Amino acid sequence: MKFGILVNEGPYNHQAADTAYQFAKAAIDKGHEIHRVFFYHDGVNNASKLTEPPADDRNIVNRWSKMAEEHGVDLVVCVAAALRRGIVNENLASGFRISGLGQLVESGIQADRLVTFGD
Amino acid sequence: MLHIVNKSPSERNALDSCLRMAKKGSTILLIEDAVYAVTKGSTAESKMKAAMAKDIHVYALWPDLEARGMQDTVIDGIKQVDYPGFVDLVADNKNVQSWL
Amino acid sequence: MDEESSGTVKKFAFINRKAPYGTIYALESLEVVLISAAFDQDVSLVFMDDGVYQLKKGQGTKAVGMKNFSPTYRALEGYDIEKLYVEKESLESRGLTEEDLIVDVEVLTAEEMATLMDEQDVVMSF
Repeated sequence: MKFGILVNEGPYNHQAADTAYQFAKAAIDKGHEIHRVFFYHDGVNNASKLTEPPADDRNIVNRWSKMAEEHGVDLVVCVAAALRRGIVNENLASGFRISGLGQLVESGIQADRLVTFGD
Repeated sequence: MLHIVNKSPSERNALDSCLRMAKKGSTILLIEDAVYAVTKGSTAESKMKAAMAKDIHVYALWPDLEARGMQDTVIDGIKQVDYPGFVDLVADNKNVQSWL
Repeated sequence: MDEESSGTVKKFAFINRKAPYGTIYALESLEVVLISAAFDQDVSLVFMDDGVYQLKKGQGTKAVGMKNFSPTYRALEGYDIEKLYVEKESLESRGLTEEDLIVDVEVLTAEEMATLMDEQDVVMSF
C-alpha cells in the first residue's frame, strides 16, 4: 500500500515528527511504500541542516535524510511555509526538496492513505 | 474509519470531539499524550468504557504508554499496538482522521 | 499535476478545529484549500470546535498587526469551493448563530457531520 504522510510540527518541540518517523519506518519495514512525506506549518523545521541536538539525543533531521537515501522516500517541504520560517535551499538538509502545496494535494490523490501528524 | 487522537483528555477537547463523531464500528487509536485517556482513574476512563460498549474499537500505542510509565495501569479491554500495528490499523481502515 | 493524478476525483475534507490568529493553523489551512481547487477534487471544508471562530464576522486585525484573512472565506466560491459545513453544537456552545458568520454555510448536527467525515477519502486536519 502507498502511504502519504503530513508532518505539521517541528522537531523536538512536539512528538509529531517522532511519531511520523516511527510510522514511516514501520510501514517501510512491512513492505509498504511511503509515497511522500510532506512538511507543513512548523514541520518545515524538520529540514534544517543547521539543527544540532546534543550527542545523547536522536538526530531527527538526519534520520529523515537517511530514510530518503536508503528508501528513496520523497521528503517535500512546503515553499510558502518554509520561506516564512527561514528554511531555504542554503540550509536544507540532504534528501529534502522545497516545493509547492500542490505536492500535498497530489499525495492525497495518489496515495492510498494520507496520515497527518501534528499538534 | 480510523480516528487518531494525540491529546491528553485533561488538557484539550480533541478526544471529546472525536467521541462525538465516532460511529459505531469505527476505530480509535490513542497515541502520544492521548494514551493517558485509557489509564485507570483518568478523567476519560468512563468515556472510553462507554465508547467500547457502543462497539467502538479502542487501541492505544504501547510505546507511548511505556514512555510515560503508564503501561501497568491500562483499562481492561483496551487493545495495545506498536508502530507496525499502527500501520496495519491505517491500512485496514478505508479512511483516517487525525484529531489535531 | 502528472498523468497519474489527472482524472482521479477523491473526496477531500479539510477539518478546521482551531481559532484564528492565536496560532497559524487556520491561515495555512486556507492556503492548502485554495491550492486544492486547482486539482478538481471534491472538496469539503468542515468547521467545528474553535474552528467556527474562523468564520466570525467583524474581524479587525489592525491593532494586533496581523493580516485579516477572513475575507478569503468569501472568495472561496470563486474557486468553486462551495461546500462549507459547520457543526451545530460547536456554534451553539460558543453563543454563535449562522448570522454571525461571514459566509453561507450548511449547519450539520454531530451525527450528520460524522456521516460526512465517514464518506471522505482524504481527511486533512490542521
